[in-house]
Amino acid sequence: MSLINAVPETVLTTKVDALLNWTRKSSVWYMLFGLACCAIEMMQTGGPRSDLDRFGAVPRATPRVSDLIIVSGTLTLKMALRTKLLYEQMADPKYVISMGSCANCGGLFQLAYSVCDGVDKVIPVDVYVPGCPPRPEALTEGLLKLQDKIQQERWLVRKSDEVQAA
Amino acid sequence: MDAAEIHRRLRDRFGAAISEELAPGPWPTCEVRSSAVAEVCRWLRDDPETRFECLSNLSGVDRKAADAIEVYYHLYSYAHRHQIALKASTPRLDPVLPTLCDVWPVANWLERECFDLLGVRFSEHPDLRRILMPEDWVGHPLRKDFVEPDEYHGISTRRESLLKL
Repeated sequence: MSLINAVPETVLTTKVDALLNWTRKSSVWYMLFGLACCAIEMMQTGGPRSDLDRFGAVPRATPRVSDLIIVSGTLTLKMALRTKLLYEQMADPKYVISMGSCANCGGLFQLAYSVCDGVDKVIPVDVYVPGCPPRPEALTEGLLKLQDKIQQERWLVRKSDEVQAA
Repeated sequence: MDAAEIHRRLRDRFGAAISEELAPGPWPTCEVRSSAVAEVCRWLRDDPETRFECLSNLSGVDRKAADAIEVYYHLYSYAHRHQIALKASTPRLDPVLPTLCDVWPVANWLERECFDLLGVRFSEHPDLRRILMPEDWVGHPLRKDFVEPDEYHGISTRRESLLKL
């Protein structure tokens, strides 16, 4: 008799990694942080029509409890330092969505003296959402892509370089 | 009152401190001697016939060829619904103008912006700091001879053209 038949039907079996990732991807809390017009679309995404909440993503007003920072809008050099500070205040594991052309590469303003050409020059980015600004559907798609990425993570196996070091 | 009439009254009151010609346009402009700006503006605000309660805009232009920085003041009167713009010129090497903070409080931030981007110093300004650019920024970006630095706190300001990749 196999082990799987020994447990009652009400019990599910899974991998610990998969369970952890499933719980984490279903509660990606994003920081209340907007920079420009993309932030207006981000508000719409959190609003009742596209309702990011149904994927477990709700806005948080402090970086200390946020899992995700959505860089939504033109990043000036002045703001870049502050964005980096906010990112460093977030607890691991943390994710970054770069929303819109400006955050991706500086967009329309990339030749301006005051603009940082892309948030990836300051903090590592997980998902880039194109658009100027992206529609709420696009940002929702970005969050779903991030959830896919979270589900592929492995926390309980040692990475090969750690094995070699041990 | 139309702008020509305001200009005529200014000429009567301040004489040579006001330019003879009035540049036409949607917001007719006359030049004011830089040392008289505060006095002229205070009179335009307080005179019951003009009553310019509102400093709509304050901006600057770097005229490198003329070796001057021109500062424009756009005035509007809600009471009389008339408008005029004043222009003051100041040397590029040492640009100084009197502050208008005690005439229109809004001038505080507008003059800070002009100082930030063009380097015009407004004498007697209560709080002349940068307002748009970072506090440790070097140079004034709207000057024609401003050279963009290659990096700012380790952030490169250059990006290769995506078309060349």
